[in-house]
Amino acid sequence: MVDTAARSGAPEQLDRVIVRFAGDSGDGMQLTGERFTTTSALFGNDIATLPEFPAEIRAPAGTLAGVSAFQVHISDHEITTPGDAPNVLVAMNPAALRSELGKLEGGGTIIVNTDSFDERNLTKAGYRANPLADGSLDTYSLYEVPMTSLTKEAVAPLGVKPRDAERSKNFFALGLVSWMYTRPVEPTLDWIESRFAARPQVRDANVAAFKAGHAFGETAELFDHPFSVKPARLAPGTYTNINGNTALAWGLIAASELSRLPLFLGSYPITPASDILHELSKHKDFGVRTLQAEDEIAGIGAALGAAFAGHLGVTTTSGPGIALKSETMGLAVSMELPLVIIDIQRGGPSTGLPTKTEAADLLQAMYGRHGESPIPIVAAYTPSHCFDAAIEAARIALRYRTPVILLSDGYLANGSEPWRLPELSELPDISVTFATEPNHTNPDGSRVFWPYLRDPETLARPWAVPGTPGLEHRIGGIEKEDGSGNISYEPANHERMVHLRAERVRRIADDIPPTMLRGDVEDAEVLVLGWGSTWGAIDGAVDRCRARGRRVAHAHLVHLNPFPRDLGDVVRRYPRVVVPEMNLGQLTRLVRAEFLVDARSITKVQGVPFTASELEAAILKELGD
Amino acid sequence: MTDLLPPPTTTPKDWASDQEPRWCPGCGDYSILKAVQTMMPGLGVSREDTVFVSGIGCAARFPYYMNTYGMHTIHGRAPAIATGLAMARPDLDVWVVTGDGDALSIGGNHLIHALRRNIDITIVLFNNQIYGLTKGQYSPTSEIGKVTKSTPFGSLDHPFNPVSLALGAEASFVARTHDMDRAHMVETLERAHAHRGAAFVEVYQNCNVFNDGAFEGITSRANRDSMLIPLVHGEPIRFGPDKEKGVVLDGQGRARIVDVADVGPDSVLVHDEARAEPGLAFMLSRLSSGPHEPTPVGVFRAVDRPHYGSETSRQIEAAVQRGVGDLNALLHSRPTWTV
Ligand code: SF4
Repeated sequence: MVDTAARSGAPEQLDRVIVRFAGDSGDGMQLTGERFTTTSALFGNDIATLPEFPAEIRAPAGTLAGVSAFQVHISDHEITTPGDAPNVLVAMNPAALRSELGKLEGGGTIIVNTDSFDERNLTKAGYRANPLADGSLDTYSLYEVPMTSLTKEAVAPLGVKPRDAERSKNFFALGLVSWMYTRPVEPTLDWIESRFAARPQVRDANVAAFKAGHAFGETAELFDHPFSVKPARLAPGTYTNINGNTALAWGLIAASELSRLPLFLGSYPITPASDILHELSKHKDFGVRTLQAEDEIAGIGAALGAAFAGHLGVTTTSGPGIALKSETMGLAVSMELPLVIIDIQRGGPSTGLPTKTEAADLLQAMYGRHGESPIPIVAAYTPSHCFDAAIEAARIALRYRTPVILLSDGYLANGSEPWRLPELSELPDISVTFATEPNHTNPDGSRVFWPYLRDPETLARPWAVPGTPGLEHRIGGIEKEDGSGNISYEPANHERMVHLRAERVRRIADDIPPTMLRGDVEDAEVLVLGWGSTWGAIDGAVDRCRARGRRVAHAHLVHLNPFPRDLGDVVRRYPRVVVPEMNLGQLTRLVRAEFLVDARSITKVQGVPFTASELEAAILKELGD
Repeated sequence: MTDLLPPPTTTPKDWASDQEPRWCPGCGDYSILKAVQTMMPGLGVSREDTVFVSGIGCAARFPYYMNTYGMHTIHGRAPAIATGLAMARPDLDVWVVTGDGDALSIGGNHLIHALRRNIDITIVLFNNQIYGLTKGQYSPTSEIGKVTKSTPFGSLDHPFNPVSLALGAEASFVARTHDMDRAHMVETLERAHAHRGAAFVEVYQNCNVFNDGAFEGITSRANRDSMLIPLVHGEPIRFGPDKEKGVVLDGQGRARIVDVADVGPDSVLVHDEARAEPGLAFMLSRLSSGPHEPTPVGVFRAVDRPHYGSETSRQIEAAVQRGVGDLNALLHSRPTWTV
């Protein structure tokens, strides 16, 4: 670590800090935030992040629509959310200041790039007067740094053109904030080295800008002293910093290894799910086959074809893609083939808010098909849990020969956290056996294969893959005779098959853990029931309410269809049940319908996650405070 | 699941499933089924390594009648589902059986992309120029002005020429045959099966209930000689009872039908199915605007092009050569720290 106490006072200890980097989409704020996060994770802090970017690739420069922000919460203790209000806002231009200032804590710290506060940019951001000069920021600690010109100065000796030089200003900001929070510099320098190895001039400019930012903090009289946030006491183990989509992709690879089936991904690019396709496309060394299909329907169709062929078939998408895939999902329900369908939810309906998070596809996952078409649903609740959730979705799909929907969302997909890497021996064995022998004897004594003769325990049908002699069979979307699988339009048979398909999904409840419960489990006044990415905010809010002396329990669902066996008892045990959701109360409806309890909804559909303080207030309100 | 032993000798009966075909009596589908079941024993493949995939429509019932693996899927999606199957298992023999509505209307996108990617599948399109299963609406191959239940005043849509479409979609193998000539069907389908990559075969098929006789003018025994133009690789393109008609390229480079006597036999175009450039094959596909004028049948185009499944396998093999994936190494592939 660099000795930072040379000029300034010794670093002041903080237990946590929330920094928000904001700038124009072209300013590289996501990258800056990610680098700060990685360095902090490697340093040993607990972290949680919230990247937020516009849907447009490049909205007009300098406008409010073009602002891209990255919030990171670093801490010396365990944290579960990217934090409520940032303590520090780094604003690279007037638009970033204007759009993000409202989120900053009262009296918080603002670091601005003064070079961008010219007439043109101020006008584009909608400022009549320069906020740096009109006293409107007096209640904050404002640091004015001419980042663009200092960056240009720093890289000038390298012979970089001024236009290109300006591009490195985010590294200046990163250097400055790294100094402020006494982050080690080596990881960032190493990263720049390798990332820009092919473009030496860019590499050198970024290094120079980063160092200049760091030195500026140290030598300019602006800052009195830096701060430090000690490493967190996390459970022993080896950690890496992971976002939800990467964890999910790795979970699928793990599921392929654990099931000893090759992985096949059929997918069509869609925000915010495409990164899973990108990640899996890299891993041909695991035998992963990826198809960037012509459309969403072909993506799932190819995955289903691969499943028939004996592969672990997977398709990835977001809500609009789920709508397009629903007919094929119905076919998979009818064919009773294993298939994992992944929905990284985003704001809807329609194109909605492609880059913003929402969790409003639960009822679509549950009911969005014609006919009685039950599909098990698994939901991830933290970025790293996406790894386990992928394995669990594959496990259910393979064991019960059914399509499974795995729900994640934009917040989990792009947010990151430290992940204690599992030992391979901790992972479940989800291997399957293909049918190899006929399973039925005809009246004439001949042995034949009946594709719909079920396992009496799981009700799963045998999986016989092409290439197996003697088990040739035809399956399709037309109703099949129970057992033989031949086409059948017989009324009583259809009813029996509808019930069998439903019962097969219901029985999964015997094969999943009980409801995850924490807090005042014995004597809570209120149960907060959640699913998906609200986990962190609920966890924080429950702790805060309990710190105020209220008795609160938190139940969180990974399995949404079927529910855990004990969920009915759990929701009936407490006088009140509240359900925070990033939709208008979809789980609330399911719970009310299933258990006849007066579950109350807490909703937020702004494209951003709940904060712990919002939920704290909502829970206290429910308790009459 | 490649068997090192030669596949057992089978008879056409072995390839028929125990399910009774349920097409209308007299439907052309029966003769196509018969042709396929007759052909299979000669292909040197085994039943367990063969998969028939279909979508929805009369033709789509086909897999149920073959004693092989089979998937009867949803409307238009068979090429997409077969793409996954063929990519996952290059060892299998994958067939797609489809119709004009299934392949060219609801499933048009999947068809063109399967052809473009050159997926190793054999696509057999039963073209009867009508929607049969839904009881008689016009299809994307119906002639303009067709009066059906949904077009009481005559249809307005310009039809697709399936062969032209396939050629435009970069297909590496394109052929046409018809349900009245089993020998020609078998010969054409055998060629399609032998082709590596996506093979597309249009089969003119009579729907005797809703569009009876649509192809009669060119495929009946009486009309065949004068109305079908057989395309045979390496041979001059001639037809007619006495081979008195031929196809030539005119001054503008267009294919035209002429009397051979007028131009001399040496001027007749010699068919070259292997031409890398598909323009000439396309021109041949435009010789006829429908089954009322002389229409080419046979193989329009058969070229070698890398096919998607083997290319995917090649990339995987190359990656595995560099080192088999190790899950623990993957989990540790990003910067880590230890607490
Ligand atoms: S409706 Fe036409 S195509 Fe369909 S089975 Fe009957 S005759 Fe054949």
